[in-house]
Amino acid sequence: MTTLPTSTDRKLGLVIDLDTCVGCHACVISCKGWNTENYGAPLSDQRPYGTEPMGTFLNRVHSYEVQPEAGSAQTVHFPKSCLHCEDAPCVTVCPTGASYKRVEDGIVLVNEDSCIGCGLCAWACPYGARELDQAEGVMKKCTLCVDRIYNENLPEEDQIPSCVRTCPAGARHFGDLGDPNSDVSQLVESRGGFDLMPEMGTKPVNKYLPPRLKDSWDDQSLLAPMLEPVADESRGFLSWLDKTLDKIPGGSA
Amino acid sequence: MHPAPSVIIFSTLSGLGFGLLFWLGIDPSPPTGMTGFIFFAIAYALAVGGLLSSTFHLGHPERAWRAFSQWRTSWLSREGVCAVGALCILGLYAAALVFLNIHIAFLGWIGAALSVATVFTTSMIYGQLATVPRWKTPLTPALYLTFSLAGGALLSGRTTIAIALLLFAAAVQLAWWQRGDKALANSGTDLGTATGLGDRGTVRSIAHPHTSPNYLMKEFVYVIGRKHAMKLRVIAFGLTFALPLILLLLPFSHIFAALAVLSHIAGVATSRWLFFAEAEHVVGLYYGMR
Repeated sequence: MTTLPTSTDRKLGLVIDLDTCVGCHACVISCKGWNTENYGAPLSDQRPYGTEPMGTFLNRVHSYEVQPEAGSAQTVHFPKSCLHCEDAPCVTVCPTGASYKRVEDGIVLVNEDSCIGCGLCAWACPYGARELDQAEGVMKKCTLCVDRIYNENLPEEDQIPSCVRTCPAGARHFGDLGDPNSDVSQLVESRGGFDLMPEMGTKPVNKYLPPRLKDSWDDQSLLAPMLEPVADESRGFLSWLDKTLDKIPGGSA
Repeated sequence: MHPAPSVIIFSTLSGLGFGLLFWLGIDPSPPTGMTGFIFFAIAYALAVGGLLSSTFHLGHPERAWRAFSQWRTSWLSREGVCAVGALCILGLYAAALVFLNIHIAFLGWIGAALSVATVFTTSMIYGQLATVPRWKTPLTPALYLTFSLAGGALLSGRTTIAIALLLFAAAVQLAWWQRGDKALANSGTDLGTATGLGDRGTVRSIAHPHTSPNYLMKEFVYVIGRKHAMKLRVIAFGLTFALPLILLLLPFSHIFAALAVLSHIAGVATSRWLFFAEAEHVVGLYYGMR
């Protein structure tokens, strides 16, 4: 049913650290690989070696420049995939019931056998998280690697979404955002995690952590205090040597 | 938004067809026999032709029957239910009129209500989308309903009602355009809220995720023809309202009436093309486009 659950037992999702992401696109590639070889229709490519190559991706990395009123601009790499919203507008618009949000973990999924490929769910998503596969004619979206996270055939360290497992910078975190004591919830709490387009009222589960503000040339170095002299007056043998050498004519202090 | 020809044909023709069915349904003395057959044949050709056209943009048209199931939440599903309901009930109503010369008034009223409901549900598919600020307004259902009822009155030869409704629809169209041009700016959504970085400074897209356009950009960022939007609005307005009104005010002739209908259909199709081509989806903001 396309009626949204009033609440879900857990809120599985991602926390993406914009401070740490280096924009390498490794998450994009690992996502495309895993989701082409496993659950559901493969993510097709059109004209992969021709002009204007195009393909289906469940995760894409944008790059932005933020120019403050004063000071130098900052580059922010910005991975974006399904945010598994609590009030997911993509689910309620589905005419066939192919789109649904799971009560047990809050993951938003598409039953590809029921999808008619009308595209309305992609229209309803403000984040561009859903893409109609041009070869299969069905809607594709991030599954939060539902075929990895519960897959006991995989080693425990691999039972997390492919993008999180792959990220070489540790910019992606996976967990239960409905549990205030979980690592991801604590991370969001301590770093001031935020929602994308909160005014849309979608209540995204995925959160983003802000990048640190850029250093200024005028800033005091963090190391400067450590370079200060630790003793104001000298003592002992070196003190005697210092004073004795001062008394000898020639040279200057 | 990408203006898919199948969706433009659908909403233009079906809107007129269901508008005509509405007037035939509430008519206290509806046409019977051969005249009735011709009226209902035109209405069904427009309504059903439009509905069939709309299935052409589906990835899996053979599964379209599933779309009747989710009427509790989905306006698209509700549209399907209302359309099939209207066509079935008015089919019985029409058969009784054409073949038995019997007027079953209550069937006509139910069918007319379902016809209006079909047009309303169509408009709400667009009017519900917060992601397209230009569409998210009660003026969108007002636009679709007045167009449909005015077109139906025109097709069924109700000159006085058609003139009044064309004038009303023209006013709604102008108001819809007027509001729409400021809708995205007034929505409060920009690249700042989209990235959550807006309070730090001016955000600018410096690199798209991929080197060439993807599905999202082709579907949601349609900029071809926007530079001609103003000229097309004038053409749409002239064909939908001005020319039919002049033709209706001239002494009656079947030629003039037919020209008025053709002009109106061409105008509505132009207006519907603009409805999609001018609409900005907020996902375009992520690409530094609109």
